[in-house]
Amino acid sequence: MMMPITAEMMFVVPELALLVLACLVLLCDVFSTSENKPLTYWLAQVSLVVVIVLVICFNPEERISVFHNHFILDPLSTVLKVTVCAASLVVFLFSYHYFKARGQLQGEYFVIGLFAVLGMLVMISAYSMLSVYLGLELMSLSLYALVAMNRESGTASEAAMKYFVLGALASGLLLYGISILYGISGTLVLPELAGYISSHTGSRIALTFGLVFVVVGIAFKLGAVPFHTWLPDVYEGSPTAVTLFLASAPKVAAFAMAVRLLVDGLQPLHVDWQGMLIILSVLSMAAGNIIAISQTNIKRMLAYSAIAHAGFLILGILPGLDAGAGATYAAALFYVISYVIMSLGAFGFIILSGSADHEADQLTDFKGFAEFNPWFAFIMLVFMFSLAGVPPFLGFWAKWFVIKEVIAIGHIWLAILAVIFSVVGAYYYLRIVKLMYFDQPDTMPAIVAGRQVRLMISFNGLAVLVLGFVPGELIRICTTVLMG
Amino acid sequence: MVQYLPILSLLVWAPILGGLVILCVGDRMRDSVKLFTLLVSLVALLLSILLYLRFDTTTALMQFVEYSEWISTFNINYHLGVDGISVPLIMLTTFTTVLVVIAGWVVIESRLSQYMASFLILEGLMNGVFVSMDAILFYFFWEAMLIPMFLIIGVWGGPRRVYATIKFFLYTFLGSVFMLVALLYLYSKMGSFYILDLYRLPLSLEAQKWIFIAFLLAFAVKVPMWPVHTWLPDAHVEAPTGGSVILAAIMLKMGGYGFIRFSLPITPDASAELANFMIVLSLIAIVYIGFVALVQQDMKKLIAYSSVSHMGFVTLGFFIVFSLISQSGPGTDAVMGLAGGMMQMISHGLISAALFLCVGVMYDRVHSRQIADYGGVANTMPVFASFMMLFAMANAGLPGTSGFVGEFLVILASFHANAWIAVAAASVLILGAAYTLWMYKRVIFGDVANEQVAGLQDISLRETLFLALLAGAVLLLGLWPAPLFELMETTLNHLAEHISQSKII
Repeated sequence: MMMPITAEMMFVVPELALLVLACLVLLCDVFSTSENKPLTYWLAQVSLVVVIVLVICFNPEERISVFHNHFILDPLSTVLKVTVCAASLVVFLFSYHYFKARGQLQGEYFVIGLFAVLGMLVMISAYSMLSVYLGLELMSLSLYALVAMNRESGTASEAAMKYFVLGALASGLLLYGISILYGISGTLVLPELAGYISSHTGSRIALTFGLVFVVVGIAFKLGAVPFHTWLPDVYEGSPTAVTLFLASAPKVAAFAMAVRLLVDGLQPLHVDWQGMLIILSVLSMAAGNIIAISQTNIKRMLAYSAIAHAGFLILGILPGLDAGAGATYAAALFYVISYVIMSLGAFGFIILSGSADHEADQLTDFKGFAEFNPWFAFIMLVFMFSLAGVPPFLGFWAKWFVIKEVIAIGHIWLAILAVIFSVVGAYYYLRIVKLMYFDQPDTMPAIVAGRQVRLMISFNGLAVLVLGFVPGELIRICTTVLMG
Repeated sequence: MVQYLPILSLLVWAPILGGLVILCVGDRMRDSVKLFTLLVSLVALLLSILLYLRFDTTTALMQFVEYSEWISTFNINYHLGVDGISVPLIMLTTFTTVLVVIAGWVVIESRLSQYMASFLILEGLMNGVFVSMDAILFYFFWEAMLIPMFLIIGVWGGPRRVYATIKFFLYTFLGSVFMLVALLYLYSKMGSFYILDLYRLPLSLEAQKWIFIAFLLAFAVKVPMWPVHTWLPDAHVEAPTGGSVILAAIMLKMGGYGFIRFSLPITPDASAELANFMIVLSLIAIVYIGFVALVQQDMKKLIAYSSVSHMGFVTLGFFIVFSLISQSGPGTDAVMGLAGGMMQMISHGLISAALFLCVGVMYDRVHSRQIADYGGVANTMPVFASFMMLFAMANAGLPGTSGFVGEFLVILASFHANAWIAVAAASVLILGAAYTLWMYKRVIFGDVANEQVAGLQDISLRETLFLALLAGAVLLLGLWPAPLFELMETTLNHLAEHISQSKII
């Protein structure tokens, strides 16, 4: 079905709206004289709310692809876009108070952040290799700039440099893989590529060769071992508010990129990429969980934990497409949404406990935290046990769901490896609880963060707890959006 | 109105909600917090008594069933029910929690409200384990239970508490995750997590063996069986008295409950196949750990090793059943083994709780658990010495106390299967008497050892209360165990019948 281009425009209204609003925010920021830029901040938040509303309004009943199949709207994209925007909303809230307290607030943060979100939305809806790449680059370039925002900080500049060089390399590898696939099949559009591969009868070596580079690009963006080396340095070096951003919304976009490319485009090569993903995920879970144990910086520890979680997420993508039941990566979808919620909480907690003259990013900063702040210590306890995958918290269901799917496709040994590594991982999460509850405080850590930050983190913690008790609805959404 | 009371849900959620309320109140009103905790635990105890009174002992079906959808996508339901196996354990849980609350009344000074709340939440979660009829709901409670216990040992424990509590958590967590894999595998075959559905699922021997081993890893750590028992002495020694009591009285029973609820009925053929292996492990625990207990210098450690040794009887009773079934079918002998194991669980729950409370009573006064620091306590604490005498005798299996009944039944059942097993198992009667009474002699009898002992005050009214309650229960079950057997009989007959049938396709 072909539509005139103007009619097709209505399917990208949320993206267009975000583009216009981001430019508007930029204009307002330029003319705003107020020191703390409240207008820029609020306008950015309103933009995200508007986009969420628009995305929900334009939620399609079934798959609709427009612009010659370069862009797709389906229920999956709605869920992912809402997650990205909602996560960014929380990130902006934390960031605003974080930078304001340190006198480093720049209006550009929100503008660049909105452009990153736009990139993610494009990635989520991308249905051709070109639009995937377009969205990816828009997102990545914005993120490089965000990491480098604070020019005075040496570590931040170093982190930005590393991120940029390695990120550019990964983009290059991905692009190389895309060009090989395009060269063989003569098409950029993912479903046509899948059609070409399934009808292709000759040798698949060249196709597999291209696939390798695509998988490398995806692994880099997800932070899977052995393409993870940038992640701990960037997480540690960036301002905590930017780390918070890196650790949340872009994971969703990377997940979208992975399933669009691998499942929608390269499903006929399932046998090949499944093996690659198994190696990536086992290495990530092993290295991430084991190296995290020896960290003394909590941001770095959570970075290694993110690598381990990426391994679990990849496990969830393994089943790919089932001939009868359709897409079966609902577990990965559920996992990525859960992870974003928990990750926002854990990094938000670092922002909450820090102050302008003390960053609170060392593990020892949390000694005896429960003595003076029982409520927030409890919230952090919830995040830690949830990340470790202990019931009754959300993180348990995320791991449960992935392991269930892995067993359903018959990889029982993989499931056993996964649970063993989550026990290894439990150790360093327990250590945070130990520091907060069992140790005596060196100093008296008073919380200076404002009311909004406190409310947000409490809400976030309670969400992890409540969703742990009633995960049914979220699981239902994740499975139904993939049907049909 | 009583007819429609969702007793099981109340048993789970009333303590948890009570605990949350206390957390919110905080340490501002210490006395009200204590009274409220006691009230909630008493309500739970009354509920469990109500459960006992209204329990129909003539049927092996699940009773007091509550059902509602929980995660409909995967057919996971909030499905509760009890049979003759769970009711005694629930009663043990609610009873012990009341004792623990009384025991912590004046002893706990720091973070009192969090202490009380942890125990209430723990009680709710433990009840949840015993009433869950859905395997995932069971697992949910089973794992969640670790969190309050982790905090109890870590916050209120002794000097090496951090090491002990992390070891406790990781050991049990590692064991449990394999059970999760096994449950998910069963789901992939059956499409249901309902435990009774899993009973009906036919499985090849190969698959059964793997599932049995996965369950074994989870339950053996909890029981704990030799050689995965090493977390227990550490956890017990470092835990506060209340924590030790709950650990010994109930958490260890979860392992036994797991065997009888999951391993035996879901994988009967593998259990029969591996029964000899399990019997050997049980005998090693009974005999070898008995010797280990003999040389302990620390009273809590001694009781901890004695627990491992006594829990060996539970697993012995459960797995001796298979050779009895192969000899004479699922008759009286087989049920005797199962009933002996169950009886031993309840009895050991009471006795170990009592002994840990006795050590706690002394520790609160002298601040030492070393046997060498005591001597001649009977001179200054005569009432206490008589109570402890009773519990020590019960631990040694003296007829007339509950300790005798379970051990006697298991030994008798073993004798029918193989006299040599019975002989080895009966050594616990000698060893148990040796290490318990020798400790008792060194601590209680003799001349007053030092000034601290000379200045001891005999037990207060509060301490007399909880020791007397336990003494009553130990004697009652020892002299008149019939009501408990009646409670379990139908269910155990049914179970013996079930496990005697092969599930191999």
